[in-house]
Amino acid sequence: MFVASRDLRFAKGRFALMGAVVVLITLLVGLLSGLTAGLARENTSAVTGLPADHLAFAAPPDGQSVSFTNSSVTEKTWTNWSARPGVESAEPIGIRTLNAASGDHTAAVSAFGVEPAAGIAPPGLAPGAAVLSEQAAQELGVTAGDTVRIGSLEQRVAAVAGDASYSHTPVVWTSLDDWQRVGRSGAGTGGEATVVALTTTAGADLAAGDEAAGTETKSLDEALTAIGSYQAENGSLQLMRGFLFAISALVIGAFFTVWTMQRSADIAVLKALGAATPYLLKDALGQAVLMLVAGTGLGALLASGVGLLIGGGDVPFVLDPPTVLVPAAVMIALGALGAALSIRRITAVDPLTALGSAR
Amino acid sequence: MTLTLDTVTLTYQDGDGRLTALDRVALDVPAGTMAAIVGPSGSGKSSLLAVAATLVTPDSGQVLVAGTSTGELSRAEKSALRRERVGIVFQQPNLLPSLTSAEQLHVMAHMDGRKPRQVRDRAHELLAAVGLADKADRRPHQLSGGQRQRVNIARALMNDPDVLLVDEPTSALDHERGAAVLDLIVRLTRERGTATVLVTHDRAHLTEADQVCEMTDGRLYVPAAA
Repeated sequence: MFVASRDLRFAKGRFALMGAVVVLITLLVGLLSGLTAGLARENTSAVTGLPADHLAFAAPPDGQSVSFTNSSVTEKTWTNWSARPGVESAEPIGIRTLNAASGDHTAAVSAFGVEPAAGIAPPGLAPGAAVLSEQAAQELGVTAGDTVRIGSLEQRVAAVAGDASYSHTPVVWTSLDDWQRVGRSGAGTGGEATVVALTTTAGADLAAGDEAAGTETKSLDEALTAIGSYQAENGSLQLMRGFLFAISALVIGAFFTVWTMQRSADIAVLKALGAATPYLLKDALGQAVLMLVAGTGLGALLASGVGLLIGGGDVPFVLDPPTVLVPAAVMIALGALGAALSIRRITAVDPLTALGSAR
Repeated sequence: MTLTLDTVTLTYQDGDGRLTALDRVALDVPAGTMAAIVGPSGSGKSSLLAVAATLVTPDSGQVLVAGTSTGELSRAEKSALRRERVGIVFQQPNLLPSLTSAEQLHVMAHMDGRKPRQVRDRAHELLAAVGLADKADRRPHQLSGGQRQRVNIARALMNDPDVLLVDEPTSALDHERGAAVLDLIVRLTRERGTATVLVTHDRAHLTEADQVCEMTDGRLYVPAAA
């Protein structure tokens, strides 16, 4: 990077301008990534936090996908699954969004009904006694021992634990019997729960289990797409992020296209003097990567700073290595790809133009 | 012979036909001597330099640079040959705008896989030889036209070439500075033992050349005395 590093110093205005663009795009991507992860957590943490590996949904009609809203399973379903070889546990979960109230406080909550004795139930759960997530307790202004009305049911607050939320509402854990008393599950008839949480071993034949129980089984990650709001929201945000990555690669590619064209006379001279093409490509790519690393590094730092400022408040923002470092790495990789495609024109520069070329 | 062109013919596509740029050109330039090539524009002088610099492959004939036949060399091998054995003094200085005078020389060593710090002394010696020891930290825009041309010459000598190809070095300089640059090239040719080919329009400073060859319509006329 002999010439490239000196070009960076010499043309610092141009590179600073381009670096600023990289910083701003990285900042935007970083903030969007943190927000995407934060919103996703509010949408899905109750599902991803389940101590199970699969969820069995009621099989949807042909041509439709499974969804939490439309899924409704009966006791026969989970007893069927419990008897399958390779299934360690099959626990019903009822999920419904309800209004909860305590005194003057009201809040929309997601009621998760589970058997109190099940492995997936939080400690303290019992008939008539609910376990509230911290956010639900905060919004309702209650602590352990208080009373809260969930839908039409009066429940004692057995404990406040965890930060699980589902579809942007905090989770309240109730016993399955209480949950069933609130109303029927989903749109189906005779539903006693929404899904069955399965803990399986490697030998479990899920397809056969689905056929026998009339269900469709999804891993926890796959099951997230069954949350309607998550699918729409996450899809939109990921699309925006993808466009930002593509725009950054295009902008960087355009910059290095112009830069390489401006340098073509210098490149011709270096080639005429004996510079090998790989030497020149390495030099130019090194320059691009250096600018990208500096720009994305600063952008990621700024995004982290902004994330620290807003993350603790009402804004759903996740600040962790995947939301900061992964977008930065993708920015560098795609930017380098854009630059590489641009600087490949170095190979086409004819050293003969250096003889008699005017400067 | 350090540079030999043996019945070299070079043609270019020109519309439906072909234009002969070099017509069975033969030239021998021993080490420590200078051959001056004079002739009108379009006579083939630049084509001769391009062939000698391995930038163009002739249709027929042979080019030997420091004993190496260039005809069968790959592009990478030709680049290496230019880097290690050939120095080119361009018509215009063609200095890289971001590099200082010293760095214009350092980059030659860097291309050859050597660290600039290993060649600092040589760069300094060459800049001193062209009278620019005190301008080592200047960038091209901080130098005069004559100074830029002298850096151009020093750069061409950085990797201690066997062959020095000089293309109209005085065309952008006034008479006095042009004379100084030609004197410098002659002196360096003698001192460093390069086989120098000087392409020029200027016949006023050819008395120092060991052979003066006329180029007309692609044909090179070498005087019998040479």
